[in-house]
Amino acid sequence: MPSDPAERHRWALRRVTCEAVAELLPGVVDGGEQADRRIQRHIETCLRCQAELAQYRKLLRVLHHLRTDVLEPAPGVLAGILANLEQAGEQGAMRSLLSGRRAAYLGGVAVATAAAGAAGAIVLVSRGRRRIKLAG
Amino acid sequence: MPPDLTGLVIAARAGDRSAFDELVEATYADMYTLAYRLTGDEEDARDVLQDAYLRAYRGLPRFRGDAQFTTWMYRITANCSATHVGKRARAQHDQLDEDTAIADVRPAHDPELRAAAAFDREWVARAVEQLPPRLRAVIVLRDIYDLPHEAIAAELGISEAAAKVRLHRARRRLRERLFPLRADQTDNDDSDAHAV
Repeated sequence: MPSDPAERHRWALRRVTCEAVAELLPGVVDGGEQADRRIQRHIETCLRCQAELAQYRKLLRVLHHLRTDVLEPAPGVLAGILANLEQAGEQGAMRSLLSGRRAAYLGGVAVATAAAGAAGAIVLVSRGRRRIKLAG
Repeated sequence: MPPDLTGLVIAARAGDRSAFDELVEATYADMYTLAYRLTGDEEDARDVLQDAYLRAYRGLPRFRGDAQFTTWMYRITANCSATHVGKRARAQHDQLDEDTAIADVRPAHDPELRAAAAFDREWVARAVEQLPPRLRAVIVLRDIYDLPHEAIAAELGISEAAAKVRLHRARRRLRERLFPLRADQTDNDDSDAHAV
């Protein structure tokens, strides 16, 4: 029996039997797959397939109702989640603090380097000027 | 109907950590239920929740707010559960094949009890729990939590077609477990008797 829905449908159409229709019912039950007119007609006239379709409908209805059932988490689950978040928050804060300090340090180094460079340039320029003066 | 969490989401996105804690408190039981249904284990569900809320906290700036917070959390929880189950299976080398036989969850042989429990939620929930993880994940996300196929495929890391095939198999498997006495099992005639 093909797993692809379209292929499965074609397969079922070639032999419209209860066995073939049964393969389509899990997909047809909620309208996820469309049943061909011949398949629909078979279901309408076949008590066995109608019964099976009704079972799928019932199954889906109960599954849907399970959505409203909420399990009670074991004690400590909430505290565990919050503690984990707290820890992650602290680690994040520490990281940003460290990266901030690193940025400040690197910024300081950059400023100092730039200042030293500028001073050196002034000296060189002034020396150059002097040189010009000297050369003149 | 889920409580309106919009105000808390806005505050949490603005960096209010206590608002996020309130969001956790308002939703964790639902997420625990989903995680438990997907993993089938309390300890695993607990671990999944820690990962899921941490991921949500870090991803909160990217939460656009066009979906409900709970729907967003369901998707994150489903994704974390799938990752967790995958890791556990790899670690244990015992991933259940889809054709692995599952335990019979039908009530004992008492016909009255069986009739009374014919479609009890607990019975169905137990049957779902007994499904192999790959089938269980799709039926929980689609038929209980109503997630679209596209979202299920994305969170489980499979194609949409694969998600549909698994859903089909899961529904069929459940029906066979819960309604074992099909008409054709009691009839002597062959299935072609109803051919059109």
